[in-house]
Amino acid sequence: MLLAVLSGFLFACIAPVVHGARPLAKSYYGAGWVLAMLPAVLFLWFASHLRSVGLNGEVILNSWTWIPSLGISLSFRLDGLSLLFALLISGIGFFIIAYAGRYLEGHKDQARLYVLLLSFMASMLGLVLSDNLISLFVFWELTSITSYLLVGFSHEDKPSRLSARQGLFVTMGGGLALLAGFVMLGMAGGSYELSELLSQRELLHDHALYAPMLILIVIGAFSKSAQFPFHFWLPNAMAAPTPVSAYLHSATMVKAGVYLLARLNPGLGGTELWTMILGLVGAFTMFIGVFLAVRSTGIKKVLAYSTVMALGTLTMLIGIGTPTAITAAMAFLLAHSLYKGALFLVAGIIGHSTGSKDFMHTGGFRSAMPVTALFAGVAALSLGGIIPLFGFVAKELMLEAVLDAPLFSAVLSTLAVASAILGVTVAAIVGIRPWYGRLAETKVTPHEAPPAMLAGPVVLASLSLVLGLSAPLVQQWLLGSAITAVHGAPVEKNLSLWHGFNLPLLISAVSLVAGLLLFAVWRGFRRATRFTDLLAKVGPEQWYERAMVAITHVSAWQTRMLQTGYLRYYLMIVLGSMVALVLSQMWTYRDSINLLIDVSDLRFYEVVVAGVLGAAVLMAAITSSRLSAVAALGAIGFTVALLYLLFSAPDLSITQVLVETLTVILLVLVLFRLPGFIKLSPTHLRLRDAGLAVIVGATMTLLLLSVNGTQYFDSISSYFIAESAPSAYGRNIVNVILVDFRTLDTLGEIFVLALAATGVLAMIRFRAEDKDL
Amino acid sequence: MNNMMSLVLRTTGYFLLPLLLIFSVFLLLRGHDEPGGGFIAGLVASAAVCLHLFFTDIAATRRLLHIDPRDLLGWGLTLATLSGIPAVFMGDPFFTSQWVEMTLPLLGETKVGTPLLFDIGVYAVVVGSVLAIVLSLAEAEE
Amino acid sequence: MGTLMAFLVGGLYAAAIYMIMRRSIVKLVIGLVLLSNAANLLIFTSAGMTREAPPLIPLGALQPDGVVADPLAQALILTAIVIGFGVLAFAVVLIHRAYEVVKADDMDQMKDTDT
Repeated sequence: MLLAVLSGFLFACIAPVVHGARPLAKSYYGAGWVLAMLPAVLFLWFASHLRSVGLNGEVILNSWTWIPSLGISLSFRLDGLSLLFALLISGIGFFIIAYAGRYLEGHKDQARLYVLLLSFMASMLGLVLSDNLISLFVFWELTSITSYLLVGFSHEDKPSRLSARQGLFVTMGGGLALLAGFVMLGMAGGSYELSELLSQRELLHDHALYAPMLILIVIGAFSKSAQFPFHFWLPNAMAAPTPVSAYLHSATMVKAGVYLLARLNPGLGGTELWTMILGLVGAFTMFIGVFLAVRSTGIKKVLAYSTVMALGTLTMLIGIGTPTAITAAMAFLLAHSLYKGALFLVAGIIGHSTGSKDFMHTGGFRSAMPVTALFAGVAALSLGGIIPLFGFVAKELMLEAVLDAPLFSAVLSTLAVASAILGVTVAAIVGIRPWYGRLAETKVTPHEAPPAMLAGPVVLASLSLVLGLSAPLVQQWLLGSAITAVHGAPVEKNLSLWHGFNLPLLISAVSLVAGLLLFAVWRGFRRATRFTDLLAKVGPEQWYERAMVAITHVSAWQTRMLQTGYLRYYLMIVLGSMVALVLSQMWTYRDSINLLIDVSDLRFYEVVVAGVLGAAVLMAAITSSRLSAVAALGAIGFTVALLYLLFSAPDLSITQVLVETLTVILLVLVLFRLPGFIKLSPTHLRLRDAGLAVIVGATMTLLLLSVNGTQYFDSISSYFIAESAPSAYGRNIVNVILVDFRTLDTLGEIFVLALAATGVLAMIRFRAEDKDL
Repeated sequence: MNNMMSLVLRTTGYFLLPLLLIFSVFLLLRGHDEPGGGFIAGLVASAAVCLHLFFTDIAATRRLLHIDPRDLLGWGLTLATLSGIPAVFMGDPFFTSQWVEMTLPLLGETKVGTPLLFDIGVYAVVVGSVLAIVLSLAEAEE
Repeated sequence: MGTLMAFLVGGLYAAAIYMIMRRSIVKLVIGLVLLSNAANLLIFTSAGMTREAPPLIPLGALQPDGVVADPLAQALILTAIVIGFGVLAFAVVLIHRAYEVVKADDMDQMKDTDT
């Protein structure tokens, strides 16, 4: 499973090479097909688990240790829910990448798009396969970052940059809340492994941190899945190229929040708080999403808002949490990914083949692009929830779940029915408006799309139909185990296309008629509801804008306050705080601290060395010539080396001598090319600085005296001393610590050294360039 | 600095350089058991090359090195990081040391492990950094 | 010896800070060198001053003979010395570069150069 996740990143690395290697195909888009083979293979690999995981309900766990001391591991889990998502991600990913090959054919940054899409796919797979909260979080943030880069793909375009940044801020802000929630969850459950956490339902429900952690996690999930009041970023993210919108903003990434809620449902769900937050927010999002969808005219805007509606529906269903609701949620999830993926790709085709990006400029394209029209129609039927499409199955279940909801049934049902009506209208807008009626005038003459672009809509839309007709099989092979995973126990609820004549069917029929009527008066409806635009002026997007402005102001103010530009004032603040903290702590613990003052063990030569050192320090500080300062530094360096040697540190002594030698070379090369010492400060300032310096020095002396006289803990060195020879096979304990016990520290340190050297090189290089000018 | 060149310095330099470099490798290899190790050995080697720099010129020193210090730096970091990888495949956390026992000529039964690789990486980074700094500064001087 | 060292370290810190706060940039460099020595000795002293017992294990033995000096502090300082050199080189070159651009070695004249 590790390979399944990592392969995406590996392929991302070679994508530019594949893209550049033209001989593979006669034209550019050959690369799209080649790269699409990875998701195809992954899809088949996941599909091969349909029998074991899907049908038989097995759970496959794989684990690699990562940071064992913090309980963090790279562990993966493949159960029904993960399998469903993994199949969607890899399956739709295949069509998207093939489609992108043609859609952005010849675009100068096409290789970048491949890299980002593949990295995104890998992150998303990692997210749905992770069994560890921390690795899940890492993948979660990776999807946010790749999404940011994808939305801002046309980075030369200002609105696109702004949208990308808005999405990033909203999802990353939610990510912070999520991380805090995860940490609380890990503390409460005593583990970061999902498989352990989810079995501790009672413990988690009764924990004091239940409410805060739930709210934090929910904020994270809502921001990602565009729930009210975070819904505004999703339609703006439509600045991304269409394949990206189809992939990230309908089928996969925005469902990450829903995935998380579904995943945690067995552990956290089932409380009134859970149902209240998820149910009400989800229902409200559902309604506001579909309402705004009907109000919009931009093709991608309509689809984006209807995605918001779908996400709201899913959240609401998970919140309700009854077996029917969970079944409905999983069915709806599958249905939505199929039809919405198809419709977004169709939107891309319309843009590509006609140049229209708004429903106001479409119409009569049916004759020019019959295949597209046909399959757009099929997908739209599924969106509208019309028999015999899979969307119908999902919608019937959704209505049933809402009507039987244990809490807030009346509110939820009202919103659900209203949404169902408007949903039919959206379906009609998408399925009828571009294809029938008078032929619209377009910039490009309408023409049928190439096969690479048609493959996605055709297959996905067909699947909506096939799965609808074979609903019981879908339940048995795929959704059943996913529902079990979400509900925490097997569910006795059978999916079928025909449930007989019941209340949900009646509602469906009524909403179909009402929705179509509304479509007939679409223009009038939009004019009649124009007043709602006023609400947008005070809506969440405005809160976001104000918050951003406020943050900018605060940071500007803070910078003005703190950044004076004088090094000595920074130093005064830092040193003053340090002295205050050290002294106040020492005062607090004055009873347990002994100041050790003992000069009885001094030996004569030690006093001489110390005396030389002291004299050299004094000289370095008060001399008025550079040369004597450097000489004093040399004296200090070599006496310190001598001290190391006298006090049992041969390694340090050698190092110090060598570094001292190199320092002299360095100072010779540079320091003497600088001007000599000059007196710049008047005497009273020098006295002030000297006073501060003496205070800091005295604090350090006091600190050391108390350290020498006080011991709170045993040194951890005894472990290194005892284990050095037996388990690390080294007799120089200092070196063993450096290269074995604390390797990671040393690695960090050599990186610092390398960075310093790189910095020096860069500065010298710049200077050379300046001189050339 | 050319006027400082003297015959004595140059002659001793030519003898000292190989000796110091061999000494640095010796320090590197024995570092696990006696005072020494990658940091110290790297400093000795860089000091040796700096000495060479003082009695010849930069071009000669660069020729002598065969490899750009910047590359040395990169390879050192790479080697040090890679030395942590074998542990992952053995089921241990990253950077857990792995040892292989082998019989080498002259030394007899010896244990060779990833910490040695890491130390060689440290050596390369130290030599690379110090020489990159000193050589480029000396070049800027001219 | 620990007591004497405490006063030496205090003196080093005082000298280092006084030098860093000067306006002359060359003095800043001297201060940096002093500061890194001060910090190294601070760690060294706080781990205890042990005479004639380096943290080495005799050939063939598994444990050192008797009490040895604290190896952990030494490992910390060893890398700190080398990094100190790297940082010093960086600082020196940075200052040199700043001097070339601003043509002044007064820190106060460098504060407005980032606009």
